Amino acid sequence: MTINERQDGIIEEFEMFEDWMDKYEYLISLGKELPLIEETKKTSENIIKGCQSRVWLAADLENSRIQYTADSDAIITKGIISLMIRILTDTSPKEIMETELYFIDKVGLKEHLSPTRSNGLVSMVKQMKMYAIAYSSKV
Amino acid sequence: MKFNVNDIRKDFPILSREVNGKTLVYLDNGATSQKPQIVIDAIAGYYSNDNSNIHRGVHTLSQVATTAYEEGRKKIQAWINAEHSEEVIFTKGTTDGINMISNAWGRANLQKGDEVIITEMEHHSNIVPWQMICEEKGATLKVIPVNDSGELLMEEYKKLLSNKTKMVALVQISNTLGTINPVKEIITLAHEVGAKVLVDGAQQVAHAAPNVREIDADFYVFGLHKMFGPTGVGILYGKKALLEEMPPYQGGGDMIKEVTFEKTTYNELPHKLEAGTPNISAGIATAVAVDYINSLNWDEIHVHEKELLDYATAQLKKIDGLKIVGEATKKASVISFVVEGVHAYDIGVIVDKMGVAVRTGHHCTQPLMNRFGIQGTVRASFAFYNTKEEVDLLIVALKRAINMLS
Repeated sequence: MTINERQDGIIEEFEMFEDWMDKYEYLISLGKELPLIEETKKTSENIIKGCQSRVWLAADLENSRIQYTADSDAIITKGIISLMIRILTDTSPKEIMETELYFIDKVGLKEHLSPTRSNGLVSMVKQMKMYAIAYSSKV
Repeated sequence: MKFNVNDIRKDFPILSREVNGKTLVYLDNGATSQKPQIVIDAIAGYYSNDNSNIHRGVHTLSQVATTAYEEGRKKIQAWINAEHSEEVIFTKGTTDGINMISNAWGRANLQKGDEVIITEMEHHSNIVPWQMICEEKGATLKVIPVNDSGELLMEEYKKLLSNKTKMVALVQISNTLGTINPVKEIITLAHEVGAKVLVDGAQQVAHAAPNVREIDADFYVFGLHKMFGPTGVGILYGKKALLEEMPPYQGGGDMIKEVTFEKTTYNELPHKLEAGTPNISAGIATAVAVDYINSLNWDEIHVHEKELLDYATAQLKKIDGLKIVGEATKKASVISFVVEGVHAYDIGVIVDKMGVAVRTGHHCTQPLMNRFGIQGTVRASFAFYNTKEEVDLLIVALKRAINMLS
């Protein structure tokens, strides 16, 4: 499945929700389900500090595809991270580099990715792309 | 005039707007207060009728604007009980005022081996400027610790004081904990060792007029936007003798007497410390904000704010797993709390969906968060226009959020 097919799938999922409650309850459940990042990867090197919440992100290259793992201390942030990972993980560095993440806007979560939110998500997206650039030379 | 909260609310147009389909419950007054219509009108009125640069202009508009702007200074002088109007310096805000003192006063007065004392509950804006100047001058920063209730340990303060102490810089009301510090006693003790004191009054001004001469502050700083006035303007009060001997902070227009390429002589106070065109509309609206504050019945407001604090505290304490951070005996209407197993950010996001505006995070007091071993808190900060009904809405929203999140 391409990245954009995955994004479209998530947009379709969110269309089912009637109000903000449903949407956030779903995000919270995603946050609770997200497999935790290995404790050994929760290092100060992998931490992305926001004013509001902390995010840990790691990326490994396996068979020329990037595998992301991430965690956050805030559950809503974690739910959004879960969506990001679903979209970007297990993909080639080149495809990640070329991706525009349009789903955030379409599912009405744009406010969480505003730079002023300072929850670490904006930096996380940047960092995910940085990993793709770094790994692209190794593919 | 008798204080009636429902009448007062009508002065603030924003309080009747909706957020996410719900009536706004604004409990983020510690970050900034809302503005009464007359303050908003004063800003628009200046640009509509009197816009012109102040000081030195000979034409009518310039004189009208200058008079209105200087009226702001005089109103503040009376409000804070300063002896002279030139002791009132317009700044950009609290942070700007602290930086002016740490830079201009600090550079002229601090030497290697000197000590500056701050407290564990300071906002970053009253920590970082002192760290910077201490590093530059080889001075040392000392910190008064707080107890588990969020009160300063006065015995520790007394131990820190010595003839090396040159400056004590502290907050009057903690933005995170709501603690009201005994500034008068702290200032008396500092003066006994010959130190100067800067008081950060950012949170004080929304709750009561500072009395700079009664507490004998050497410097007192605050911003207008937390006291129902505009953003972008603040006040630095300083004792005249101290401001006179202090070198200018910034160079530019307005602050000079005579300029040649060889030498510049500086203007008199307050202009020596006010380089460049200021925020004129905000200065003019300052006068209006002070008039508005003076028109209110503050004896009754104090009772009302105390009732809000006590009621909200009691209601919050009923929630399972909720812990209030900061339980000082003397406390302003600011409540920080944490909920076991639930992140402050998540609570902030969910209650916002129900129209409730609170602040979450470390509130620019990271060392204080470290002291309490937490990452951040949820903070509800009340102004006189808040109601018990709004406290109830906060509690409903909070319970729903906790339910969803845990």
